Amino acid sequence: MNDNAPVLSIRGLTLALPKGADRDYAVEEVSYDVARGEIMCVVGESGSGKSMAANAVMGLLPKGVRPTAGEVLFDGQNLLALNEKQHRKLRGLRIGMIFQEPMTALNPLMRVGAQIAEVFEAHGKYSSRERQEKALALLEEVGIPEPDKAIRAYPFQLSGGQRQRVMIAMALALEPELLIADEPTTALDVTTQAQILELIRDLQQRRGMAVMFITHDFGVVAEVATRVCVMRYGRVVELGTAREVLENPRHEYTRALLEAIPSNIIPEAVAQQRPAPLLEVRNLNKVFRSRGGLFKPAREVRALDDVSFTLAPGETVGIVGESGSGKSTLGRCVVRLERPDSGSLSLSGTDFSALKGDELRRERRRVQMIFQDPYASLNPRHRVGYAIAQGPMANGVPRRQAMQQAEELLELVGLGAVAVDRYPHEFSGGQRQRIGIARALALNPELIVADEAVSALDVSIQAQVLELLEELKQKLSLSLLFITHDLRVAAQICDSIIVMQHGRIVEQGTAQEVFLRPREAYTKQLLDAIPGRAHEAAMA
Amino acid sequence: MSFFARFAQNRGALVGLFILLAIIAMAMLAPFLYPESPWRMVQRPFLAPMEVDGFWLGTDTMGRDVAAGLMHGAWVSLLIGLVSTSVALLIGVPLGAVAGYYGGLIDDALMRFTEFFQTIPNFALAIVLVAIMQPSVTSIVLAIAIVSWPPVARLVRAEFMSLRHREYVEAARLVGQTNRTIILRQILPNTLSPIIVLASLMVATAILLESALSFLGLGDPNVMSWGYMIGAARTVIRQAWWLSFFPGVAILLTVLALNLVGEGLDDALNPKLARERS
Repeated sequence: MNDNAPVLSIRGLTLALPKGADRDYAVEEVSYDVARGEIMCVVGESGSGKSMAANAVMGLLPKGVRPTAGEVLFDGQNLLALNEKQHRKLRGLRIGMIFQEPMTALNPLMRVGAQIAEVFEAHGKYSSRERQEKALALLEEVGIPEPDKAIRAYPFQLSGGQRQRVMIAMALALEPELLIADEPTTALDVTTQAQILELIRDLQQRRGMAVMFITHDFGVVAEVATRVCVMRYGRVVELGTAREVLENPRHEYTRALLEAIPSNIIPEAVAQQRPAPLLEVRNLNKVFRSRGGLFKPAREVRALDDVSFTLAPGETVGIVGESGSGKSTLGRCVVRLERPDSGSLSLSGTDFSALKGDELRRERRRVQMIFQDPYASLNPRHRVGYAIAQGPMANGVPRRQAMQQAEELLELVGLGAVAVDRYPHEFSGGQRQRIGIARALALNPELIVADEAVSALDVSIQAQVLELLEELKQKLSLSLLFITHDLRVAAQICDSIIVMQHGRIVEQGTAQEVFLRPREAYTKQLLDAIPGRAHEAAMA
Repeated sequence: MSFFARFAQNRGALVGLFILLAIIAMAMLAPFLYPESPWRMVQRPFLAPMEVDGFWLGTDTMGRDVAAGLMHGAWVSLLIGLVSTSVALLIGVPLGAVAGYYGGLIDDALMRFTEFFQTIPNFALAIVLVAIMQPSVTSIVLAIAIVSWPPVARLVRAEFMSLRHREYVEAARLVGQTNRTIILRQILPNTLSPIIVLASLMVATAILLESALSFLGLGDPNVMSWGYMIGAARTVIRQAWWLSFFPGVAILLTVLALNLVGEGLDDALNPKLARERS
């Protein structure tokens, strides 16, 4: 086969959405090829239709979405014309797929080996002995440590990265010509993400597969792509080689997206002399104990291990770390949603960790939080105005005054006072996050803890929300404890950085020190794992 | 959009409301259309429907008019169903809410108490209670409420347990709302959908439970109810199908109507209208 012949070729594909959706077509006249031996990255923000084409290729279109024009050619066959049975034959055998969430994509009650063997079984290949052998070889190939043990493990016994490796092993089991990867690293930590990206690149080269890689992250694109297809509102806005698109974007949307990536521009360290700290955390410890049962021993997880740091008024401290590093627990202890086991937490003089009951309830207004998930952090049954006014009202402000204040706050965060009477579901994710910020501001807190406040948002929206925070920081001289897993975001907004791992502080210092002259090996490892770093360095 | 407009968007709910209103109208008109006691024997027994003019639904084993019984019975059945369900909700919802919200020892204590009621067979307990208290509408309502609140408590507890760690509840705690406000304003409104669905089914169960009690002779001897009519007709179901058929249809329609209205209420109370209905 010719090396450059496209394995998959999408021609003028148009998919109609059911009536009542926010636009008529999921994707419109989309055309691109995926050739042998290349990684085609399809980039776009949520709702851009980037996953839809892949779903059409796999024959897994959601109910109500139907193709109205165009064709999807795979090896000369139009996939849109196939019936379910013919599709099933192709899936797995000639087209493999990896999903975003490796935990839900694996059967939790089945051993890893059996799940891989099942792929062979579904296509009636090999005897059961051979299947086990093949499964073992595959696990070895995707680089799982101790494959002979992993083959007998259940999914929950593996880490997120290992589970994603198992998913990749399953997708590769039948040596497909085309691999579709739908946001395969979005749910993973940076260091794991870097490893998985490398694995995918490596396997792709070794096997000469065509890979269709769907992502929202331009950093990832810079890391793996041979060619890039940028999508917006269901249309292709730019198509070209990775080099062209990244270095010389022609379309303004691509340019905007590239600019929205939080870059490594580190804020200049301002006044060096530090005033008396607003928040002083000393030797904080927190251990989670699961209640043991009759037959299972109690389990202990050390979430915070002797954590101490200070935060000055008007300062933004970033806490970065991978999942399980204890960074969220730290944030929750600071706002006292969790009670630390030992250590002290003093907020401009008062010991916040010792407060209890009614006293704690009255003092709570001094520290507020911006939550991660804009969809879960607003009560679906409360109007936005009430959601913001409930804080002042709980603290004795009369209703009318509180509502008026809510209008002003909504104005301040850029939503307009008309938003008061609307329900949260009428807003987009970014707008909801603005409401969450307004709610946190309503009580005039001394300190705001932002727990992954922009992680659930698209890059362009993320940039807007970060800008808003920056602006509010200037205007209201906010003190911010900014918890994030994304070092690029931390670099953009934080004055000083705390790096956490396994409940301990690994390194702390000003943003410049940490990013430009990291002292600890772990920090270096984290920094190296940021996708797209090489590309950024080349651009600078 | 007004509350009713949202309610009316659900076509089924309107139908349900219509049926329910018709049943209530039936109950209210009964004393005027059939001024005499439904227990009075008016014709010869086992008249099939339409056999004799003026007795469209026939007569029962004792020669009583089935139509009169159906209309008078509507009031009692509805009353017992609705009141006993309300009482059960009044016991079960606060108990489940407190147990689910606070957890720990309080939860343990309240749940053991609930299990105490759950381990005794419903019907046996209801019989004992009615027998002790003397059969009357009040004692029947109470007995049914006492045997039917545990599932409510369990359901509300489970909902509270899953909702109390939602971010918006934590946000409410952070701004300093009291536990009472959080329970009543933040969590309870979000548990309404399953409660409404359960309640509409409980009304049905209550009507049936009352009929079973009546069948055993533990009904209120002064009032005619659908349950009593079915109970009394069970032995002659092969000779006179209409005796159990009409009250049965009446119960079915009432339950269906309540379910539909319940669903409509849920839609109207839930601001998120963009629900998938396919």
